Amino acid sequence: MATTDIHVNTATHAHDDHSHDHGHEHHGNFWTNYIFSEDHKVIAKQFLITGIFWALIGGTLSVIFRLQLGFPDMNLEWLRPVLGGWITPEGKLDPEFYLALVTMHGTIMVFFVLTAGLSGTFSNFLIPLQIGARDMASGFMNMLSYWFFFVSSVIMFVSLFLQDGPAGGGWTIYPPLSALPQAIKGSGLGMTLWLVSMALFIASSLLGGINYISTIINIRTKGMSFTRMPLTVWAFFFTAIIGLLSFPVLFSAALLLIFDRSFGTSFFLSDIYIGGEALPNVGGSPILFQHLFWFLGHPEVYIVLLPALGLSSEIIATNARKPIFGYKAMIGSMLFIGILSFIVWAHHMFVTGMNPFLGSVFMLLTLIIAVPSAVKIFNYVTTLWQGNIKFTPAMLFSIGLVSFFLTGGITGIFLGNSAIDIQLHDTYFVVAHFHLVMGSASFFGMMAGVYHWFPKMFGRMMDNRLGYIHFWLTFVGVYLVFFPMHYIGIAGFPRRYYSWTNFETFSGFADLNMLVSGAAVITLTAQLIFIFNFFYSMWRGRVANANPWKSNTLEWTTPVNPGHGNWPGEIPNVYRWPYDYSKPGAKEDYIPQHIPYSETPESNLPHENELIKLESSGNDPIVVAKH
Amino acid sequence: MMSLIIGIGAVLVLTIFYLIFKVGKLVSIAKGKQAYDVSKSNGIHATLFIVFLITGLGLFFWYSWTYFDKYTLPVASEHGAVTDTLFWISMVVVVAAFVIISIIMFVFLYQYQYREDRKAKFYPDNHYLELAWTVVPAIVLAVLIFTGLSAWQDITSPASKDAEVVELVAQQFAWTARYPGVKDEALGNYNFQLIDPINEFGLDLTDKNSFDDFKSLELHIPAGKEILLKIRAKDVLHSVFLPHFRVKMDAVPGMPTQFKFTATHTTKQMREKLGNPNFNYEMACTEICGRGHFSMKMPVVVHSPEEFEEWKKAQEAWLKQNPSYLDKVPAGLREAAMISAGIPLENAIASGVVGSQSVSVK
Repeated sequence: MATTDIHVNTATHAHDDHSHDHGHEHHGNFWTNYIFSEDHKVIAKQFLITGIFWALIGGTLSVIFRLQLGFPDMNLEWLRPVLGGWITPEGKLDPEFYLALVTMHGTIMVFFVLTAGLSGTFSNFLIPLQIGARDMASGFMNMLSYWFFFVSSVIMFVSLFLQDGPAGGGWTIYPPLSALPQAIKGSGLGMTLWLVSMALFIASSLLGGINYISTIINIRTKGMSFTRMPLTVWAFFFTAIIGLLSFPVLFSAALLLIFDRSFGTSFFLSDIYIGGEALPNVGGSPILFQHLFWFLGHPEVYIVLLPALGLSSEIIATNARKPIFGYKAMIGSMLFIGILSFIVWAHHMFVTGMNPFLGSVFMLLTLIIAVPSAVKIFNYVTTLWQGNIKFTPAMLFSIGLVSFFLTGGITGIFLGNSAIDIQLHDTYFVVAHFHLVMGSASFFGMMAGVYHWFPKMFGRMMDNRLGYIHFWLTFVGVYLVFFPMHYIGIAGFPRRYYSWTNFETFSGFADLNMLVSGAAVITLTAQLIFIFNFFYSMWRGRVANANPWKSNTLEWTTPVNPGHGNWPGEIPNVYRWPYDYSKPGAKEDYIPQHIPYSETPESNLPHENELIKLESSGNDPIVVAKH
Repeated sequence: MMSLIIGIGAVLVLTIFYLIFKVGKLVSIAKGKQAYDVSKSNGIHATLFIVFLITGLGLFFWYSWTYFDKYTLPVASEHGAVTDTLFWISMVVVVAAFVIISIIMFVFLYQYQYREDRKAKFYPDNHYLELAWTVVPAIVLAVLIFTGLSAWQDITSPASKDAEVVELVAQQFAWTARYPGVKDEALGNYNFQLIDPINEFGLDLTDKNSFDDFKSLELHIPAGKEILLKIRAKDVLHSVFLPHFRVKMDAVPGMPTQFKFTATHTTKQMREKLGNPNFNYEMACTEICGRGHFSMKMPVVVHSPEEFEEWKKAQEAWLKQNPSYLDKVPAGLREAAMISAGIPLENAIASGVVGSQSVSVK
């Protein structure tokens, strides 16, 4: 602990001097302030805006392929100006481009929106503000993290415009399909760019993750013990550790795939006859790739989901005006989920030819993960009980998250059961499951975060009414899109099908598919309301005050527009946990973390009165509190 | 012209929306209402959640009940009946949990909406409660896990010796089946390097088990007898999916896989059961494999065991269909190959495929 403390103090003083030198006037020029900034808040906004850009692209791609699935007879000639040769002479979508759309939609949403856009934005923005630090441990690495992501984004974006189209072998890029350009057009240059882009993306993630972890461990303000950290910070902490351990495995998989594609190795290839010739590759295993991919791929689900759960924990507690129920159980369940996330990956592979005994083991481990997830849901619900709930847009989106987490999560009980998964694997049931539990829940967490922290980001409020319209259209829309897919999946409809009319078995459900596609169009359109609200409010929104939601955490003790360094004077000390909402006897229904117990004798619990002595004892920087 | 009008219309609509938004904004500023106070619409959202809950659950139960036959596939295999039972048991547990938790949550949202005169309850934790909802789901899940595990073990246990073996070979974008011929009841060896446009199985004709193997573009299987599918792929990953038999297994290049099952209803029986004279079993591909993934279909026919034996006898050996491949058979085995494949010896001598020497040995 001692070394940590010294570090806290030196870091603080170094930054203090810095801020005295410069004040909070804007020094530097446009480039250093907005483009190559090392300020975590600016970097967070860069991640956010890039993420919003990608979300629009990813959403649009999905609507295009949903048109094909919901309205198979529709003439898509009007898309020719945009898609060119990918519209066949009959006015239909090219089947190979359909696969490219599905692939890019998945890649963009999972990595560029829900990993970089969500975790990149809020880990960067909230970690220093909520633990009381001037900036990240390394502002330079943080900047690099964004620029690696930016270059990765540019490459992925360019791949959309290749003559042979972007990668088209599914976002899981299983070889041999992804390794052999003769198997599908998308496995040519499109796949090469995909791999290069993802390699840079992984570098970006690692640079960010190392920074988040070292910042949280080393430069918390005085009094900010681990047991006083907001659940958001805990969530970012676990997320960063999971990412740090799992992303390198995806990197190795991508690297080996590059070798197989370009240098004639046979890591994943064996016994292949394609395009009229037998390939020389012998001895590789496509299953090996799947193991490597899902060793990242499954933790990735939690990399996407945990930050959203962290954000919503904070927002629900604030707006229910109640402490989050079971603070320690919430941390414990996140820790448990984080550990388990590394040993359940093969439940994606029950019917890939993997040894059935492994299937049994992974089934057991997978269903265990339902327990901490259930605990989280129960804790959210209990937090609402006897609360005094304010329905801000952020609160609505957080409630939406809990609802999706429940609806999508429990269908995992079917899929994690290997015997039942035989039938459901790779059907629309799976599509419904992960879009609700991981896609929509995380997306709602991200939206909740934007609405909630917008005033701290831009010093202005977003428009509430537009937020409400946005929420209700999106909430109902998402359910209309993904709920009917359960029925389609139980009926056995396979994923990634351009059309089902070749099969008698899959000939029905034109009506449900039309409903799904219609709802998808409306849901995407509703996002334009958000885009308008976001950019309009950035310049024209009503000016916020420093703590608009009457919240407890440290970021609300900064000025309305915090400069680089966050607090103009000294960093506030922390004396209590972040969830003292509606404490009996207190004057107001919230007591921020920086208020000492000595100032609130009327509401202190017995053991808290004893902590008052420690508060005055001066330089002891970290006080371990028990709740 | 039409698109211009639509464009102008869209711009007008957007402008109107913007003006409405702007006016509303100015009015609220004039009223001096703080934007971040408790919204006046707080109660509306609480009510909307209740409306959403009732409508949503109503639609869910109505559709699930009314269209049950539409979204459930009839089951036609022994293990399929077991996994379907597990599926519906899980469904009862899951729907109960889903409905109860949803109702509680949405009712709480309504009941505890903001009121100025109320203060929220300071209730940070309760260990008994937390213990309860850790232990209860754990027990329920343990039951589901163990029933699932035992079913999974039965399904993946080795096939019996007398199971009917069929090899399924996947390629972009078609399935081919290979049956051991009726004479030796064994599949011959294969090697991917022997594959060519005609020898699509890569049959190794030095193995005498391959002589009477025959090819089929339809999957024919008997009802009531265990079937062992041996699955392989020639180019990329594919996946065998027999929806009515609850069978799914990937086809992997370089790594043969298998799946055993027993069909319970012949095609004819299923047609009668469903009252649909046009019903057919089908096989699909469920692992993305390229452009034609969605069209990779194989018709499936389930016979009674007697019909199946007859069907098998009526099939021509692959070698008989492609007699030029007799060249690949080692000279000493050619005659045996012809007998096994059912090629009349006289024709072969006439065409010079089999040397007169080898015949004269006989």
